[in-house]
Amino acid sequence: MSHAPHRDYAGAKLGMWLFLFTEMLLFGGLFILYAVYLHRYPGEFAAAGHRLDLVLGTANTVILLTSSLLAAMAVTAVQRGEGRIAVLALGGAVLCAGGFLAIKYAEWSVKFSHGIYPGSPSLVAGPPGESVFFGLYYLTTGLHGLHVLIGGVLLAVVALRVKGGRIHAGDHIWLENGALYWHLVDLVWIFIFPLYYLML
Amino acid sequence: MKQAERTRPAALGGFWGDTGKTGIGAWLLSTDHKRIGLLYFWSVLGFFLGGVVLGLVLRLELMAPGRTIMGPQAYNALFTVHGVVMIFLFIIPGIPGAFGNLIMPIQIGARDVAFPRLNLLSWWLYAAGAAIILLSLVTGGGPPDTGWTFYLPFSGRTATNVSLAVFGVFIVGFSSILTGINFVTTIHRLRAEGMSWGRLPLFVWSLYATAWVQILATPILGITLVLIIAERVLGVGLFDPGRGGDPLMYQHLFWIYSHPAVYIMVLPAMGVVSEIIPVFARKPIFGYKMIAFSSLAIAAAGSLVWGHHMFTSGMSDTAVLVFSFLTFIVAIPSAIKVFNWVSTLYRGSISLDPPMLFALSFILLFSIGGLAGLILGAAATDVHVHDTYFVVGHFHYVMFGGAGFAFFAAMHYWLPKFYGRMYARRPAVIAWALMFVGFNILYFTMKVLGMRGMPRRYYDYLPEFAGLNLASTIGSWILALGLAVMLVNLFRGLWKGEPVTGANPWGGATLEWTVPTPPPTENFAEEPVVTHGPYDFRGKGTP
Repeated sequence: MSHAPHRDYAGAKLGMWLFLFTEMLLFGGLFILYAVYLHRYPGEFAAAGHRLDLVLGTANTVILLTSSLLAAMAVTAVQRGEGRIAVLALGGAVLCAGGFLAIKYAEWSVKFSHGIYPGSPSLVAGPPGESVFFGLYYLTTGLHGLHVLIGGVLLAVVALRVKGGRIHAGDHIWLENGALYWHLVDLVWIFIFPLYYLML
Repeated sequence: MKQAERTRPAALGGFWGDTGKTGIGAWLLSTDHKRIGLLYFWSVLGFFLGGVVLGLVLRLELMAPGRTIMGPQAYNALFTVHGVVMIFLFIIPGIPGAFGNLIMPIQIGARDVAFPRLNLLSWWLYAAGAAIILLSLVTGGGPPDTGWTFYLPFSGRTATNVSLAVFGVFIVGFSSILTGINFVTTIHRLRAEGMSWGRLPLFVWSLYATAWVQILATPILGITLVLIIAERVLGVGLFDPGRGGDPLMYQHLFWIYSHPAVYIMVLPAMGVVSEIIPVFARKPIFGYKMIAFSSLAIAAAGSLVWGHHMFTSGMSDTAVLVFSFLTFIVAIPSAIKVFNWVSTLYRGSISLDPPMLFALSFILLFSIGGLAGLILGAAATDVHVHDTYFVVGHFHYVMFGGAGFAFFAAMHYWLPKFYGRMYARRPAVIAWALMFVGFNILYFTMKVLGMRGMPRRYYDYLPEFAGLNLASTIGSWILALGLAVMLVNLFRGLWKGEPVTGANPWGGATLEWTVPTPPPTENFAEEPVVTHGPYDFRGKGTP
């Protein structure tokens, strides 16, 4: 009756990839809305898009890409048996997640102080395309921000498990799947950034 | 021993007793796929019965024109809750959650699913979502009155408790996704030696196709439900025409999930029927490869037809044409299944045991409902019957006559294996006959009413519809009576019936009939090696 716990790395990774598909599709719904409404209000989307802060958006892109690099380095480090480096790299990635959220907070606060938030009087009175654009902007970046938060917590937990020796070269599926999740968070942003900040 | 035998299934051994754990914790915290399957079974059955009561009350209100037993607001809430409970808490998790969990790992020769703890989490999420939905009925502005489709902009404005109900459905959807991920991974990774894809039982094939739909479609429901809450709480206005939004986009997003969702409901049912027909016809299934393939084809094509719910909503003619064409495509793999089942029956040695009766009525009722689906899928006829009782009749034929009857077939086919006791045959046949007759009176009249122009979801109707509505309500009583007889007989049998002797009471050839009755925890004493196909009955004998 007492079998050793069933271990199947390929299975665990397959399950994680399937879960990542569902996450992409979750954001996919918002991207569909973006595509349709961009087609309907190209001028108003462009005008509204220029009101986003390109510097802060770029900074966040750099931060997320760096954090993804750190997460990938942590995986390699653990595979080589260098747990201390892995903990440092993961710590760096968690810091990046915090930095991203701080910048996002600053970005939103400025917008709020200018009276741009869902259902605000200036948006309700303004052109309809603008209201739709900012509605989508807040929902998409908000949902993404929630994923940054979840991913950051996940990486912190993984870092503690590496430190405690529970994740090591022989058993690091938690780390690999955690890093995969973090890359997804990064990937979604790689779509959000050009769509909202760059191409309008 | 004799005393114990008469009282409870646990006395019969297997997974009921071999872990040595007892009490409620041994169930609510168990990662055994059989225990989780039974948790699902009892919870979905509970919600099914709740939904049945709501449906009976609805029919009672509609028995005569004008006010019969309730006001219009109560009526709106009632049909909404009936739909939400039946769809999200019964049919979607029903066969995969209950019988998928009970049967699938054994059928592929595995000890459990790939992620047993995730499996338990799925049930807990289901339970939590269901609890939130129930909470939404008694708190805030009262039960939602939007219909189970939660169409915006109305669902953004109504004062009823839509947000909480929608949040509950979101949680249940998450549970559905996790079950899908678990099943796909299990079927890929945990098949026993010799269990090639060409030897997978057709129930497993259907669950595999279903699991992909669960994975790929449910997230779209998730984001759609989040958007409803955002509309209500934040007033974003993405679907509000006054603010630049488009309500039609809500309908697109909703049906991108909710049309494939009907295949989540009916594909596993088709799998159940594909298991039962060959066993009770004593003949290998006809067209194994085509039935397996058609499950995948239905899942794929069914994901591209959502627009047929919106022919009258204001889409372009091109879109209507494309969606109508794709809808007709789905009929092909569905018909492949029906013809293969019928070909399996041809010159078979058919025994009309209760599971077979339910499976046979599935073929008939599903065909009636499916062909009515083509009337709805053709744009020209749809314009006439859209949003009439024809749709209600069609939907209940495929969902209740299809998925529901297959669920009952699965109960009569597999539960004796897990409880180690057999129900009485005669009452089961009588119950089936009552249900079959009641069902057709209840829902066929709806199709006629729809053809004559009675709109659905209306609280009242014109006097000329009174006769058929009365007949429909009487049908609902016959159906309910049959249901009561069936459940009493079945559960009496499972608790007190004749012990099932031997592993294989029906003469099946799939792996679940090779393990002891009831199966032990972890199913197999040693890992099985599969040497023949799932419908190779040679040497199985007839019971």
